[in-house]
Amino acid sequence: MVMERGRGDVILCRDCAEWTDQTSRCARCGGAQLIAHAELAALTIAHIDCDAFYASIEKRDDPALAARPVIVGGGTRGVVSTACYVARAYGVKSAMASFKAKQLCPSAVFVKPNMAKYAEEGRIVRAMMQELTPLVEPVSIDEAFLDLSGTEALHAAAPAQSLAKLQARIARERGLTVSVGLSFNKFLAKTASDLDKPRGFSVIGRAEALNFLAPRPVASLPGVGPAGAAALEKRGWRTIGDLRAAGEHELMRALGDWGRRLYRLSIAEDGRRVDPGGERKSISAETTFFTDIAALGELEDALWPLCDKVAGRARAAELAGRTLTLKLRDARFRTITRRQQFTEPTLLAQRIFEAARALLAAEVRPGLAFRLIGVGLADFTPAADADKGDLLDSRTPKIAAAERAVAKARGRFGRSALVSARTLKPRRDD
Amino acid sequence: MRLTIERAALLKALTHVQSVVERRNTIPILSNVLIGAAGEKLRFTATDLDIEISEEVDAEIERGGSISAPAHNLYEFVRKLPDKAPVRLELNPDDPRLFISAARTRLHLPVLPADDFPLMPADGFDTRFRIHPTDLARLIDKTRFAISTEETRYYLNGIYFHTVANGSATILRGVATDGHRLALADTVAPDGAQGMPGVIVPRKTIAELRRLLDDAADEVEVAVSAQKIRFVLNDAVLTSKLIDGSFPEYARVIPKQNSKKLKLDNKAFAEAVDRVATVSAERSRSVRLAIESDKVTLTVNNPDAGLATEDVSAEYGDAPMEIGFNAKYLLDVAGQIEGESALFELADSGSPTLVRDESDEHALYVLMPLRV
Repeated sequence: MVMERGRGDVILCRDCAEWTDQTSRCARCGGAQLIAHAELAALTIAHIDCDAFYASIEKRDDPALAARPVIVGGGTRGVVSTACYVARAYGVKSAMASFKAKQLCPSAVFVKPNMAKYAEEGRIVRAMMQELTPLVEPVSIDEAFLDLSGTEALHAAAPAQSLAKLQARIARERGLTVSVGLSFNKFLAKTASDLDKPRGFSVIGRAEALNFLAPRPVASLPGVGPAGAAALEKRGWRTIGDLRAAGEHELMRALGDWGRRLYRLSIAEDGRRVDPGGERKSISAETTFFTDIAALGELEDALWPLCDKVAGRARAAELAGRTLTLKLRDARFRTITRRQQFTEPTLLAQRIFEAARALLAAEVRPGLAFRLIGVGLADFTPAADADKGDLLDSRTPKIAAAERAVAKARGRFGRSALVSARTLKPRRDD
Repeated sequence: MRLTIERAALLKALTHVQSVVERRNTIPILSNVLIGAAGEKLRFTATDLDIEISEEVDAEIERGGSISAPAHNLYEFVRKLPDKAPVRLELNPDDPRLFISAARTRLHLPVLPADDFPLMPADGFDTRFRIHPTDLARLIDKTRFAISTEETRYYLNGIYFHTVANGSATILRGVATDGHRLALADTVAPDGAQGMPGVIVPRKTIAELRRLLDDAADEVEVAVSAQKIRFVLNDAVLTSKLIDGSFPEYARVIPKQNSKKLKLDNKAFAEAVDRVATVSAERSRSVRLAIESDKVTLTVNNPDAGLATEDVSAEYGDAPMEIGFNAKYLLDVAGQIEGESALFELADSGSPTLVRDESDEHALYVLMPLRV
């Protein structure tokens, strides 16, 4: 965020990426976009998020759309993938049902998503990031963390300067805008990039981190969704400051390991490193219930879409996993994980579900309610070798063929084109 | 209880029974061996609640009685005693421990009451027959390598013993499969085995039984019920629960129409497989066989570890073909073949392959090919 200018601030011109000692316009290029922050030259962890990525690409490629509200999504029966900033002004949001978006913004132009084009664009932008540092951790097609520590000598520029240059380069060469968050860990870098979209460049330094976080709602913490926030608020913790005031001991007593993590975040500590990975180590999905669930049947209903999601991601990555993990968190915030090895690696939702369901059934007991369920797949091998069945198992190849057909249909008509009946069962959450 | 026993006899009995005792037990008495002295005989019994092994040995018994004591410590102690030393076991009313002495060594072991020791009921056996230990050992040896360890298909975690009518004769058959390979061995069904229910004998029972068979001289008495099986071998009795499940219809996975016949020198083939598999990937261990009229070329290509090939002479009369197998599975099968030649019956590179032993028409193996 553009902080109020104070004594000791270092000032960077975003237009020419050079330091300046002026406070209103850059002495060198006359640019008016100045960032002033005392720690600006010292912070190294960045989060870069492309602004309304899909919609921006469509606008760039069709100038007729430039001034109009553009919604990328799947027709009247689908959902909004991305809405441009014009459409957002009407209240249109990502993941909103398309018919609702149309009600809010009747003039919107709906564009069918062209995933291949977005993926290619994402690769180009990522390659530009990788020119700055090898430590680029992609979060999704249009966002990534960057660790720029130790790159000053290489680029003869502080990380903030390199990022300003990158931001300008993406705008110039790709016609796209990105927002940059710069801080000293991933949590705050991500928080910062969200502060001033689009085309933002926000900085959170060590000095102001605690005061900055204190009034923010608990839901702004990573890993705290609507259900988690509700659970925290029930205990009287509405803001990050409330969590900090409660103290590590109290949070751990109430929430177990999750409480410890929340406390660390509340004091602006996030030990996660920027991990370029390359090789994917696991694929997982989890969900938190609004009301705790004890019944096996209801838990299974929640489990299936997660298995379906994990299987879909494994298929997209062309990976089959050998190890299955089931994660459960009970009403007292105790987290348990149970693992099972498949004799043959799999990427089938059905097999993942069956194995996870067996692990789940062993944990369900009268009087024990769960607030979270998750499933993960790890220990990967190439998908081509998976789910061939064996002498006695002629069922797996049939399931594999069926799921391949489903995946193909979804590829053409969208994720919601084909779902299992279980997914459509009314749930307490709905 | 007060008695004296030869160290060798004591060690043999303890060796037989103690291996069934699990190293870690939540129920303390399951770590113990039951010791019962009556008449001229001393009986040791150990259990893991699924398998019970009991063995009787001659002893000089001054006063009878029964007690249970920690199996592994007793066994280790006796094993380390000097040979030929007579061993004394005593249980005195004024000492709540079992006192064991030999030469100048003395050991006091904590005990638990014999009445608390869980014994398997010995009733309900409807089928009884006698079989020669070498015949039973052969059924086990030819098939046990294919037993599955996969927990989800628990009914594959043992050897399926059952009888099959063959004309007027009846065959006793053992089958094991893990879904990737299947092994089958037949022997003439002994009198009394006819009408035996098909039973799945668990892997651990098979291992214990096989050890006991090495020391069995006379015929083995087998008694079968729907839930249990009992083997009586000389002085040892092994009783085991059976796997409660139904073994799959294995007959439908045994290929009957495989027309392409390949004959290989078994020893040369196994050695070649072993050599080329050196560079195979840990998990797939895949070996490719390129089959031609007079030779099979074995290839393992692992980008990380190297490329290995070897030619093996062969007799083959069909169109050249390629097929891949897991090297370990090939070696397992080759290890069971006693004749000079292994006979492969193939269909195509995606279909199960039958392997026979030239010298033994009463055994066969099925291998699922790998994609190569």
